[in-house]
Amino acid sequence: MSQDHDHHHHDHDHSELSETELRVRALETILTEKGYVEPAALDAIIQAYETKIGPHNGARVVAKAWTDLAFKTALLQDGSKAIGTLGHVSRVGDHLVVVENTPERHNMVVCTLCSCYPWEMLGLPPVWYKAAPYRSRAVKDPRGVLADFGVALPKDTEIRVWDSTAETRFLVLPMRPAGTEGWSEEQLAELVTRDSMIGTGFPKTPGAPS
Amino acid sequence: MSSALAAAATAAIPSIPCDDDGPVFRAPWEAHAFAMALSLHERGVFTWPEWAAALADEIKRAQAAGDPDTGETYYLHWLATLEGLVARKGVASMETLHRYRNAWDHAADRTPHGKPIELRPEDFG
Repeated sequence: MSQDHDHHHHDHDHSELSETELRVRALETILTEKGYVEPAALDAIIQAYETKIGPHNGARVVAKAWTDLAFKTALLQDGSKAIGTLGHVSRVGDHLVVVENTPERHNMVVCTLCSCYPWEMLGLPPVWYKAAPYRSRAVKDPRGVLADFGVALPKDTEIRVWDSTAETRFLVLPMRPAGTEGWSEEQLAELVTRDSMIGTGFPKTPGAPS
Repeated sequence: MSSALAAAATAAIPSIPCDDDGPVFRAPWEAHAFAMALSLHERGVFTWPEWAAALADEIKRAQAAGDPDTGETYYLHWLATLEGLVARKGVASMETLHRYRNAWDHAADRTPHGKPIELRPEDFG
C-alpha cells in the first residue's frame, strides 16, 4: 500500500509520519470509529509498556555524562553530535539540546505530543505530558507543577522551562545523586528515570526502592 | 487487567519479542499494533490460534519475498496480519484502510511541525 507515496517531504515546516505510522493510525481510527477498540483501553495497554518501548538511550547518555567529563562538555556543547559519537542509531539526535541541572538552576521541558517526541531517548511520554493543561501551567507556574510531581526545590533555585514545540528537542541532564561515588555507568544508568530527563523528577537515590 | 490479556497473548504467540517481564517494543507504533490485536481478540474478532496461523502465513510470505528475518521486521508482519484479518473479517476493506492512510498523510502534511496531528473530515478530500 505504499507505492503511491512518493512525495516524501524533507523540509520541516510540517509534520511527517512514516509509512508504517500512517497504516497504524489508519487502522486505529477505523477500529475506534467502528467500536472495535476503546481509545482509553488501548492507551491503558500501551501505557503498561511505557518503559518497554524504544532503546532508552537517555539513561545511558546521562550516566556517561556523570562519569566522563569530556563527554559531558561535548554533550552540553552539541547534544546531537556527542550522542552521535556513542554510535546509537538515533534520529532523535537531530537538534537535541542537553540542558544541565545545577544547584542554581533546574530545567524542565514541555512539549505538545508531536511526531518528534524523543522516545528513543525517553521511552513513551507519560499521559500527563500530552495534556494541554500541563504545558500551559508549566509555563505560568513551573514551581506549582513541580510541587504536584513531588519535586521540591530550594526557593533560590531558578526554574527554566524549555518549550520544544519548535525543531529543537531538549534533554535534561539531572544532577548526579549523592552517594554514588565509584559507581559504574551501568549502575548509574539504573538511577536515571524518564521524569528526571524531562525535569519533572529526580534520579532515584542509591538504596531507595525502585 | 491488560497484563493478564498480554500474558494470554504471549502464551498463545511465543514468537512475540519479550524480556523477563513480558513484551518489548522497538517503537511506539509497535505497541499500538500489539494493543490493537489484544483488543480485537478480546472482542472476539479472532482466536489466538487463528491469529498465530495468519501471522505465520504473513511471515512465510515475507520471507519468500526476501525479508531478512532478523526480528526487526516482526511487527511489520504483525501489522500486515492485522490489516489482512480486519479485511477478511469484513471490519474494514483494504480500500478503506488505504483511504484512511491517505487521510492521515494529508493531516500530517497540513499540521505545522510540533503540533499534535489530528484527523479532520477535510483530510479525506
